[in-house]
Amino acid sequence: MTKSAFGRQSLRASALQALAVTTLLSLPALAADPIKIGAVLSASGPAAFLGDPEAKTLKIYVEELNKKGGVLGRQIELVLYDDGGDANKARTFATRLIEDDKVVAMVGGSTTGTTMAMIPVFEDAKVPFVSVAGAIEIIEPVRSFVFKTPHTDKTACEKIFEDMKARSLTKIGMISGTDGFGKSMRAQCLRVVKDYGIAIVADESYGATDSDMTPQLNKIKNTAGLQAVVNPGFGQGPAIVTRNYGQLSIGLPLYQSHGVASKSFIDLAGPAAEGIRLPAPALLVADKLADTDKQKTVVTAYKTSYEKAVGQPVSTFGGYAFDGIQLVVEAIQKAKGAEPQKIRDALEATKGYVGVTGIYTMSATDHLGLGTESFRMLEVRNGGWVEVGAR
Amino acid sequence: MAEFLQLLFSGLTVGAVYALVALGFTLIYNASDVINFAQGDFVMIGGMGTVFLAAAGLSLPLAAFIAILAAVAVGLLLHRLAIEPARGASPVALIMITIGASIFIKGVAQVVFDKQFHSLPAFTGSDPIALGGATILPQSLWVVGGAIVLFVALYLFLERTLLGKAVLATAANRLAARLVGINVKVILALAFGVSAAIGAIAGVLVTPITLTRYDIGTLFALKGFAAAMVGGMGHPLGAVVGGVLIGLMEAFGAGYISSTYKDGVAFLAILLVLFFMPRGLFGGGSVERV
Repeated sequence: MTKSAFGRQSLRASALQALAVTTLLSLPALAADPIKIGAVLSASGPAAFLGDPEAKTLKIYVEELNKKGGVLGRQIELVLYDDGGDANKARTFATRLIEDDKVVAMVGGSTTGTTMAMIPVFEDAKVPFVSVAGAIEIIEPVRSFVFKTPHTDKTACEKIFEDMKARSLTKIGMISGTDGFGKSMRAQCLRVVKDYGIAIVADESYGATDSDMTPQLNKIKNTAGLQAVVNPGFGQGPAIVTRNYGQLSIGLPLYQSHGVASKSFIDLAGPAAEGIRLPAPALLVADKLADTDKQKTVVTAYKTSYEKAVGQPVSTFGGYAFDGIQLVVEAIQKAKGAEPQKIRDALEATKGYVGVTGIYTMSATDHLGLGTESFRMLEVRNGGWVEVGAR
Repeated sequence: MAEFLQLLFSGLTVGAVYALVALGFTLIYNASDVINFAQGDFVMIGGMGTVFLAAAGLSLPLAAFIAILAAVAVGLLLHRLAIEPARGASPVALIMITIGASIFIKGVAQVVFDKQFHSLPAFTGSDPIALGGATILPQSLWVVGGAIVLFVALYLFLERTLLGKAVLATAANRLAARLVGINVKVILALAFGVSAAIGAIAGVLVTPITLTRYDIGTLFALKGFAAAMVGGMGHPLGAVVGGVLIGLMEAFGAGYISSTYKDGVAFLAILLVLFFMPRGLFGGGSVERV
């Protein structure tokens, strides 16, 4: 008896529940379905220093946007996966985003490795994919559904060479790390250096974990006619190069890359960092930008909201994710719809979008849309960054 | 000449670090026949510990002292928890255990400390000293001086104290040592503790030059191992000579030949030594223990 009574009761309860659930579900559905945007980032693992600020940025931004009422009157639903820096996992998650979650666009791919693994999935499904990884291979050759927001190392080389040309430094030495970043940037620099009438008279390298670069620097120092030195590198290598450079009192201009554009580099390199130049996004000097600067509003707004929500200083990597999702949202607004094909077309037509990283103008042949003007040439003065040179 | 001097200074500084790590290898190998691949991680604990304690407000000497004590504690625990329970195992198995311990220490260090690079201020200023057209950092003198002091102290300890003799006796023949009343277990623990201390002191000395991170130990362990092999595993003087030799070869190789082959130089040296003098430069002839 009790059993059947209980059974009936639970049946009624579940019927009620089912009714409640369907009502609840159908209510917002009546208003409008949320727009699903996917993200596969390396929020943990070895590339966490990239993926972690990116993931946090996306979450903060989507939450803010939804509070303001979303896009086209629809809420944004962020579907976020953590690939732990593993390209295989990234690809699995990418497939899941397409097949199960049915996202209309994707912002992610913290590393070049994970991005390259995911590209075929999005190309096949014809869903736009805005990568936040560095390498130029992502957009060269141009793939119709793949875009990216971070500068390439080629742009960084060009920016450095522009600055050298302006200072009439034409004979330079190069000391590059043998890690992926250093190698790739060295190759790009060698590719574009001739366009600036600059000759590389010394070309040395160092291992990513080396702790003393004085032998290489000494060799560069003794090269006849040397006028400046560039150090494409990432991690602690450039800090040690900078220290050794000071120790040998080479006294010529030293250029670092955007790979070390952070306060911790100045701390590690110590007093020897004084006078060093490097190309970096405006975000690094947010509080020092002129009021007339086009990027000032966007950059300070992002910096304030990120630092308020997370309690840590902003990094340029989070900025890439911010620009990525902004571009997608803008594209949805412009396209007046959230169909993948329309978003793609609108993305490609992006003109003069002012982002944290730079001002984007894309085209059918350029899916990045940033030129050297998106980099600021910074110099270390009194342990802080100062913008120098003509832009 | 200036270039030669510069490379010499560079090689000596780096070589002194390798020599200190190799000394740690030697001591443990002597006492227990184990090649302890966690040796490099003692260097990391010394450096990282000092960085974090100094950041917490302790004075540099006190921070360094506590960090060295912490490394010694880790060394003793490594012996007590990992090596001692497996004492009957083959040397290869014991080496595996130390590699595992090294991975474990790195993992814990990521959590206890962090994944960033850190540095310490140089002990006596960072203005390079000019010498015959070349420059050397005051900190390099600390490293080289520290290596010499540690080597002499270790030599005196092993040759002039009863405890040191007990370590040598244990190394020579464990059973005989036990028969004459030496507590072998204590001696082995001592070897691990002293090795850890040497590694940690090296870590404190070099961090102002090389910077430090949770995984910096791998590099030191590899180069230190190479140094110990070149010098002759188990020979303290050999460890020092091997370390300095590899440091110099790297510096001159990068300076005069090409920096591309810098790391190759050290490993080429091992190969040559293993081919022509399998017991290392100071290993002497092969002696069969009967």
